Amino acid sequence: MTMPMDSMYQQIILDHYKHPSHRAVLEPFDAEVHHVNPTCGDEVTLRVRVADGVVADLGWQGEGCSISQASTSVMSELVVGKPVADALELQQRFLELMQSRGEARLTEADADALDDAVAFEGVSKYPARVKCALLGWMAMKSAVAEAGWAEKEEVSS
Amino acid sequence: MSTDANSDIDVDVVRKDFPILAREVHGVPLVYLDSANSAQKPQVVIDAEAEFYARHYANVARAVHTLGSEATNAFEGARDKVAAFLNAPSRDEVVFTSNITAALNLLAYAFSNASTFPGAERFALKPGDEIVVTEMEHHSNIVPWQQLALRTGATFRWIPIDEQGRLVEAAIDEVISERTKVVSFVHQSNALGTINPVRRIVDRAHAVGALAIVDAAQSAPHLPLDVQELGADFVAFTGHKLYGPSGVGVLWGRYELLAAMPPFLGGGEMIETVAMEGSTFAAPPHRFEAGTPMIAQAVALGAAVDYVTALGKEAIRAHEAALTGYALDRLQSVPGLRIIGPASTVDRGATISFALDGVHPHDVAQLLDEQGIAVRAGHHCARPVCVRYGIPATTRASFGVYTTTEEIDALVAGVGKVKELFS
Repeated sequence: MTMPMDSMYQQIILDHYKHPSHRAVLEPFDAEVHHVNPTCGDEVTLRVRVADGVVADLGWQGEGCSISQASTSVMSELVVGKPVADALELQQRFLELMQSRGEARLTEADADALDDAVAFEGVSKYPARVKCALLGWMAMKSAVAEAGWAEKEEVSS
Repeated sequence: MSTDANSDIDVDVVRKDFPILAREVHGVPLVYLDSANSAQKPQVVIDAEAEFYARHYANVARAVHTLGSEATNAFEGARDKVAAFLNAPSRDEVVFTSNITAALNLLAYAFSNASTFPGAERFALKPGDEIVVTEMEHHSNIVPWQQLALRTGATFRWIPIDEQGRLVEAAIDEVISERTKVVSFVHQSNALGTINPVRRIVDRAHAVGALAIVDAAQSAPHLPLDVQELGADFVAFTGHKLYGPSGVGVLWGRYELLAAMPPFLGGGEMIETVAMEGSTFAAPPHRFEAGTPMIAQAVALGAAVDYVTALGKEAIRAHEAALTGYALDRLQSVPGLRIIGPASTVDRGATISFALDGVHPHDVAQLLDEQGIAVRAGHHCARPVCVRYGIPATTRASFGVYTTTEEIDALVAGVGKVKELFS
């Protein structure tokens, strides 16, 4: 089936849904978070390992709609290996894209940074689905905050 | 012609009454299969509300001027229409509320107030008493009763459902016992389509001295609704599912019960006399209609009742039964599709929930929308039903007087495309 150009279901999204990245139980890990999206019943459990201020590795397990699962997969590919600060900046860019109600005017720099995550632009037109796309990103943000806090504790102790 | 063989409804004619059905979404004609969520409005209902605002609007019951009188007559005229629609013995048994949620909360709060209201002992609950619902209720018929149980110390219980989406018959007599004071249950399930044996449950409730309350949200648009035949003590329905406006619903109650029941909301128009030392209350229905009501919406609900009555409840039932049978057959022929709820047309309404292997209902609904087909996905405010069947949500197609077999064909083709995309 060929979908219209403006379909929410871009091929990239379907590919990530069928073949998710970093969908694994991460060991060892610095922090684990569990996030749910009550409207779809989407769930993600995400573990992260932070080393030298970098997202050293990330693993997640989840179930739910294709938007939530594919978005978590895309997020994982984008942030693993990046400094935490860059990962959080990217998270902020994606959050702004999702909150744009379909009115986003992405710059070339935005598009370059967001990479595959640009495929979710169409989701921003559907308020009921925005939370699906954000699920993994919000989980990542919580997880690195927890891991970061733990790291600082370690350093100060 | 799309007229079904065993129906008196000429669906092509009916469709012309609903202006929204002429629009397109995503460049294709709208296929609206979400009437159980909220039904679309015929032009006569839209006109009734607009005409009322344009020519007759004023507040009701208070004003002595001409517009006030016209508005009051129109508002009370709508009450007469609803009373006739329900075959209510008296028009004073019809209370306008904003929707069913408001109607059920009205009852639950009136019951809480009963312990301090002279003559209302029969509504009062205390520890040891039980409130019974079913496992297939909408949240609006669960949460108000759970809250009432918390406020009064009563116990909240429920009649379970079986694998086919029907009440476990043997449990009716077991769960409804001498301890039961209130039984509140759905006539037709919004999540499963199941039509419950109202008389059976009402008779059991009355046999143990309990009050019987029927949530008729889903049945009012589809089935003949005769409160004397149902035999319950209270019946609630909402306007927006009956091709009427949003913001207006109805609580019907036996007059002698309403007359003994304490009010819930206090305020204007629900009083007999007010003094700083204390107040006395108006007779039903006004005792339960504090404040300026949903005047224009009630008037337009009257037009909706006229519209449905003119089509004929028996004709509507026949039309929708034919559609349901057709849809069940077609959907069950789709590999990987599982109907959640009764698989036959026996005691089931025109609402069909289903699960599709490997595809989340929100993806199904979103992809159908991209093909112009509006369905609902989620737990349908009946989460315990999804929990019962071990699924996060369902996709639900629901039909109305304007639904055609071609639209069901479009749904089946749409589901096929969804499967293809996710295969």
